[in-house]
Amino acid sequence: MQNMIHIEGLTKAFPGAARPAVDHLSLSIPEGELCVLIGSSGCGKTTTMRMINRMIEPDSGVIEVAGRNVREQDPVALRRSIGYVIQQTGLFPHLTIADNIATVPRLLGWAEKRTQARVDELLALVGLAPEQYRQRYPRELSGGQRQRVGVARALAADPPVMLMDEPFGAIDPINRTLLQDEFLRILQQLKKTIVFVTHDIDEALKMGDRVAILRDGRILQVDTPDALLAAPANEFVASFLGSGRSLKRLALATVGAASEAVAPAAGAPSIAATSSLREALALLLETGASELAVTDVNGLATDRLRFDALRALASASHTALEQ
Amino acid sequence: MNIFSQAWALLMADPARVGNALWTHILLSACALLIGALVAVPLGVRLALSKRSALLAINIANTGRTLPSLAVLALAMPLLGTGFLPSLVALSLLALPPILLNTYTGVRGVDAEVIDAARGMGMREAQITRRVRLPLAQPTIFSGLRIAAAQVISGATLAAYIGGGGLGEFITSGVAMMAVPQLLLGAIPATLLALGVDALFGRLQKFMTPKGLA
Repeated sequence: MQNMIHIEGLTKAFPGAARPAVDHLSLSIPEGELCVLIGSSGCGKTTTMRMINRMIEPDSGVIEVAGRNVREQDPVALRRSIGYVIQQTGLFPHLTIADNIATVPRLLGWAEKRTQARVDELLALVGLAPEQYRQRYPRELSGGQRQRVGVARALAADPPVMLMDEPFGAIDPINRTLLQDEFLRILQQLKKTIVFVTHDIDEALKMGDRVAILRDGRILQVDTPDALLAAPANEFVASFLGSGRSLKRLALATVGAASEAVAPAAGAPSIAATSSLREALALLLETGASELAVTDVNGLATDRLRFDALRALASASHTALEQ
Repeated sequence: MNIFSQAWALLMADPARVGNALWTHILLSACALLIGALVAVPLGVRLALSKRSALLAINIANTGRTLPSLAVLALAMPLLGTGFLPSLVALSLLALPPILLNTYTGVRGVDAEVIDAARGMGMREAQITRRVRLPLAQPTIFSGLRIAAAQVISGATLAAYIGGGGLGEFITSGVAMMAVPQLLLGAIPATLLALGVDALFGRLQKFMTPKGLA
């Protein structure tokens, strides 16, 4: 797969700072990947993201989007071609939801009819009934609804690349989970290359195809969530990933990934193939059973999942669990 | 006969005289406010957007706000002479500080996240100013206009001292001749005008504030 975003030797030092905010950072993001940048505050994750659409200009290094050096493009045109979502949404309070979403299409000079159709399509996509929300104003919406509008606005002109800076950071935990799930669902329909900044490791592991862990302006490790959990490169990464890494790995994989096509024992508790292995483990512990009957979409228990298989997976340090 | 009915009789004796004075008063105030706004709003926006030099200008404007209206009018006389025009210049100067300060504060006060989002989506700086900063600063700018209007209307009563005409003529001559009904002929319409214009601005402000901001 071709790299949609290619970053090479990126460096940025802010005046008066003791060390560079971003220090010779290199990263390639293939088309269609959601790459999470994570680290504690001041690690350079937001600065890196903001250099991609030239909101911040680097001191040195190269950033290419779709094979073109961003420094050789008009920043305004570049930004219109990249979706941009920020934590506090930055919705225009004086404009209706429809006008907010229509921002980039109108900047691009779309015909009004096409713009309106697109607004309705996007409202429906993010789960807001168009006829109910089109003419409302941001202050009339809840935080979660505003964030949905923020995502819809960024998707408006169907940009291939999106930059998201802690998009769900200001939302309460329950709505955050809901928004994350919905966004993942939306991404299954749309092919987007996304740079996603967060400081929440659980969000990173859940959302990221790959996760880059940053510290002092450098990438310590970049890999799939499973590979990170299985083999953290150093102590810092391990501590950043937190305790219970094996459980987090199990949470990332589905039952189907570890089941065998063997008929389960009679009376074994059943679990759906789409459930996570972590749920399977919980069920095994709760019921005291040694194996589970795995049911397919039709509810037929065709496979089995043995406790031993789970244990083997959790202890194997380099085994990649397939989704 | 009490002083109010005397004033009423005086008004009825020559309504055109009061009407003309009222018209001059309104014209003087409206022109001063308009000139003040045409100068102070663009200047305030520029100052709010510039990183340097703004502080000095804002401090000057703040000092300007404390100048007594009469002093500004009195200063205009030796420089520009007497009549309508010097009065207009002086009153325009009086209108500047509140409009300038409120424009500056309003534009500066726009949420940084909103500006960041606008820029990040690819708006040009001029588009950000026109479509985001100004609409969001509008209620604050409008308050500045309202304050300036009140100051200019009251200040215009003093224009009579330098031959600017207006309702102040009745007040100054009334004071000079110790003729209270004559004085009321200027004072009452001037008060009503000030109250009326303030109420009008209040209604306009509600009407013009972008709907999502209310």
